[in-house]
Amino acid sequence: MSIAIDRNKCIGCGKCSIVCPGSLIKVENKKAFIKYPKDCWGCTSCLKECPVNAVEFYLGADIGGMGSLVHVEKNSNILNWIINRSDGITTEIKINTKESNKY
Amino acid sequence: MNLQRLKTDILIIGGGTSGCYSALTIAEKNPETKVIICEKANIKRSGCLAAGVNALNAYITEGHVPQDYVDYARKDADGIVRGDLLLTMSERLNKVTAHLEKLGLVILKDANGKYVTRGNRNLKINGENIKPILADAVENLENVTVLNRVNMTDFSVSENKINGAFGFSIDDGTFYAIEAKAVIIATGGASGLYKPNNPGFSRHKMWYPPFNTGAGYAMGIRSGAEMTTFEMRFIALRCKDTIAPTGTLAQGVGAKQVNSLGEVYENKYGLTTSQRVYGTVMENIEGRGPCYLKTEGITSEQDESLLKAYLNMAPSQTIKWIESGKNPSQQNVEIEGTEPYIVGGHTASGYWVDTKRATTIKGLYAAGDVAGGSPQKYVTGALAEGEIAAESVLEYIENMNIGTISEKEISLHKEQAEKYLNNNARFTCEQIEEAMQTVMDSYAGGIKTNYRFNEKQLKLADEKIISLMKLAEELHAEDFHELMFIYELRERLTVCRSVIAHLMARKETRWHSFAENLDYPEKDDKNFNCYVNSKLENGEIKIITRKLVKEHENYEHSN
Repeated sequence: MSIAIDRNKCIGCGKCSIVCPGSLIKVENKKAFIKYPKDCWGCTSCLKECPVNAVEFYLGADIGGMGSLVHVEKNSNILNWIINRSDGITTEIKINTKESNKY
Repeated sequence: MNLQRLKTDILIIGGGTSGCYSALTIAEKNPETKVIICEKANIKRSGCLAAGVNALNAYITEGHVPQDYVDYARKDADGIVRGDLLLTMSERLNKVTAHLEKLGLVILKDANGKYVTRGNRNLKINGENIKPILADAVENLENVTVLNRVNMTDFSVSENKINGAFGFSIDDGTFYAIEAKAVIIATGGASGLYKPNNPGFSRHKMWYPPFNTGAGYAMGIRSGAEMTTFEMRFIALRCKDTIAPTGTLAQGVGAKQVNSLGEVYENKYGLTTSQRVYGTVMENIEGRGPCYLKTEGITSEQDESLLKAYLNMAPSQTIKWIESGKNPSQQNVEIEGTEPYIVGGHTASGYWVDTKRATTIKGLYAAGDVAGGSPQKYVTGALAEGEIAAESVLEYIENMNIGTISEKEISLHKEQAEKYLNNNARFTCEQIEEAMQTVMDSYAGGIKTNYRFNEKQLKLADEKIISLMKLAEELHAEDFHELMFIYELRERLTVCRSVIAHLMARKETRWHSFAENLDYPEKDDKNFNCYVNSKLENGEIKIITRKLVKEHENYEHSN
């Protein structure tokens, strides 16, 4: 389980790097990269910060991951979680941050 | 490394849940007070709440009183709690909750504007952004300076009074010596002591933050602070692989623990936190594993809510459901115990504090997971303790001067850090960390031995940890981030030794799994209905047992 940053999309703003609770993401030559991928906690804070959806999260094969890539698109109060499965099926889950969980 | 000396009224080490709340309290009660918060990451998402939290687990719901919460926590820990600490915390739970709501936390309300409760003690919220809410409030405070990415490593203590602390920037290596009138330690608990559930690529997919490395415990131990109840390890019952919390399933949709035969086994072993783990271990040992939370048959509406609830707290679990193509209504959720953690917010391990949250070092106060005696504090309890510690510190500093740290002491600490940058090492930090986790796993009751141990094993564990401590001194850091890794390892090794000493000292089995001593498999109320405390004296861990402290007692340190 870790994250991957798409170099082509990354604009080097460094927001993901600032927010990582393990300071694991570094920025060099205006591109962010995860320096210690095995140290990722999976909190997904970086996904929610990225303004260009360049940060993607995945589960490692060692914990049963099947290769889906996840990113989060943020639009005011809505966090839209987009899960692209390796079989081509995409699932979107929209969460209104102003609405409480039911459980 | 360039030296920067700073002075402040109050130094807060750790900008997580309770550290942030201490700063808010200080600014509210006495806005002129100068505060520095040192946070090794960035307060926006640092600490336990990075991914969010999906319920407030400690709240006094209608028809209940704070004493009910004390009774619940005491029962769960089979008596080994501080009544005074639990009660003073419980009395503030609802006040800090109201404050959180004012700051912007979304809490579910019914048509009459009353909070909707989950069970007897929980509130339903949207806690995905709970940490940014707290951090924003702190960043708006005028006299509070936040030093992000500054990793504090050691206290400066003379004649058992704190003068400040040392640390360094993980970005540019600036070495900090910060002098203060008082210090609040709020660095959280310790993960990564034991080999984790998935030690390979996903080694950090653990429940407790892998970045909480026991810094506060280790700094206190090295400076001679008294610690309590490190033997009450916390082992969480979690969703397999994702190590996501199970309370949302158990309490949210009423999912029962079942074995592979479909039998509900939880009542057989009891319902305390440790019994729920123990039951799962035993069902597996006796050939009735794997174990599950029975979610099959819940409604599709419940499915949808669960997928969302987990995204707001532990997103891996939602992804797992989606990748498998099956929702929780279509498959039970497999569960397992985690590796043991030391965490004062769930069990009672941590600094031995008085009712005001003062540690045994004068001028040093503790709040949140680093403070002992008061389990089941969760988020709101950590806030409550942050508030209590802040109020106590304000009272303490009234007639105090800023502490003085000598040039000589600064040089010693700075040279030690620089030594790691120049060492020629035989091993890497990662290798020693893995060795430590293997030792703890094998000889100090890790997953490998179903959390069980005996005295001979503990003795071996201690010997091996001591040799690893020596090897760790020779490690080399390529940059300042790696330097932090070395200090984190050093902290964990220090905490490991204390855990081993405590497990050795409680010669009984009061809590299955949490501290299961095969040499003493029964509970021994005659000798061990007391706290097991410890203190490092001349390099040796000295064990002290203390009588139980009840609520309404005002406990003060005396000897």
